[in-house]
Amino acid sequence: MSQPFRVLPRLDDSNRHYWTGGEHGELRILRCDACRTWIHPPAPICPSCRGRALTPEPTSGLGELHTFTVNHQPWYPGLEPPYTIGVVALPEQEGLRITAGIIGIEPGDVRIGLAVRVVFEQYDDVWLPFFEPADG
Amino acid sequence: MGRQRIDALVSGVGQSDVGRRLHRPPLDLTIDACLAAIADAGLRIEDIDGLATYPGGIDMPPGFSGVGVSDVQEVLRLELDWFTGGMELPGQLGSVVNAVLAVSAGLCKHVLCFRTVTEGSAQGGGGRSAVMPGSGGGGRGGSGVRMGSFMQWSLPYGAPSAANWIATMATRHFHEFGTTEAQLGAIAVNGRRNAALNAKAVYRDPMTIDDYLASRVISSPLRLFDCDAPCDGSTAVIVSAPETAVDLRTAAPRVESVGTAIHGRPSWDQWDDLTTMALRDASAQLFAASDLTPADVDVAELYDGFSFIALCWLEALGFCGRGEGGAFIEGGANIAREGVLPLNTHGGQLSGGRLHGYGFLHEACIQLWGEGGDRQLPTQPEVAVAGAGGGPLAASLLLTRS
Repeated sequence: MSQPFRVLPRLDDSNRHYWTGGEHGELRILRCDACRTWIHPPAPICPSCRGRALTPEPTSGLGELHTFTVNHQPWYPGLEPPYTIGVVALPEQEGLRITAGIIGIEPGDVRIGLAVRVVFEQYDDVWLPFFEPADG
Repeated sequence: MGRQRIDALVSGVGQSDVGRRLHRPPLDLTIDACLAAIADAGLRIEDIDGLATYPGGIDMPPGFSGVGVSDVQEVLRLELDWFTGGMELPGQLGSVVNAVLAVSAGLCKHVLCFRTVTEGSAQGGGGRSAVMPGSGGGGRGGSGVRMGSFMQWSLPYGAPSAANWIATMATRHFHEFGTTEAQLGAIAVNGRRNAALNAKAVYRDPMTIDDYLASRVISSPLRLFDCDAPCDGSTAVIVSAPETAVDLRTAAPRVESVGTAIHGRPSWDQWDDLTTMALRDASAQLFAASDLTPADVDVAELYDGFSFIALCWLEALGFCGRGEGGAFIEGGANIAREGVLPLNTHGGQLSGGRLHGYGFLHEACIQLWGEGGDRQLPTQPEVAVAGAGGGPLAASLLLTRS
């Protein structure tokens, strides 16, 4: 099955852990060695304690849908709407959120508060995290 | 936040022709607007000693600007004591705020501020999809264009547009406060009604709430009529020092205060409370700097690049309580020309055209001058607020009639 069109991220030393952790089945988020704060998007300094020693760590891969939209506009040839874009709250830390596609559920059935878990789709050297219903 | 040492007038406004597709060079449109504003102020070209614009000479996405400070300085042969142009500002009107500060600090006396768009012509029949970032290549097993910056977090999921990002905020607002699509539609219907009185507005045919609800969904809950209309046009305003008032054509509106604050994370999806935006902080700062209160405001010209942004501005500025925006606008009575708070009396960007921020300040001044013609409010406004920007971008100005 051919994959849909995706604009892919440009990998560098700051974001590679995030976009390639899926190769190992892990959603990896940067974390402060000192105060254990999770940091997303990646940064060179901890926003809490201003520590500079930061290391990616795997999360549980679980999440709760904080909000979403169902896109109906055909932005790109090869990426057919409708599809759902979510902002997923991770249980690891209050306010820790990532934007990702929501799959495995009809767009019309998506609701805020949905329990989700990460799944990955590989495109070239990138493993895009998506989320699907956790009870699916 | 507190008192502000600002002292400036808006001495003139001008606007080029506005249309969906004018097919005229952006600099040509810009000069039309600038000359009109200079004449409106009663000044000569030689009086202009400052220039300000947003976003500057860049033109990506196509039609987004294409005219910078140096272009206008060159063709008008201006002798400048101060200038500014760029994108890293608190929204489009951040450039005007810069002008207010420059005049207040004595760097110059008359700043010509402008904003030009030719997005209508540039997008052509392909619409916004024709100019989306990343559309030149991608990852279908090939080595396409790769995306860095903040766009990397949303583009892989097919969310390249602010329509998508604002839509997630609207979904959250609907969830927390019970806001409905029919309530939100009042912004669009109100804009269309007002646009009928504005000869330059791009969409003037009548629209009902049923028409709105029947329009196609772009990114839920936002529909086609929640999204502003790309157009061509240029808008100019002149910010002048108060001591020049004797040289001006008419008594000019005074800038009472400005709002530029952003205390939350500068992000579309990492903002702490996705039922509001940076305009929350810019609005708090605006009134913290003035003895005036929201109840003193007679007319509000608030950014509706997407209808939901205008709803957020209404809440943030205190015209209703947090989360009460839906009820406040429902049915449109409160925000109508005859209502307690006339909103977007020129049609906003939804129906007036996406002049990108400057149109709101232009209209606020027109109303304070009493020169709105067919669309002039029946009761002469004394205090106006103009606010522009959404997501992490926001600036506002509180204006009083001299």
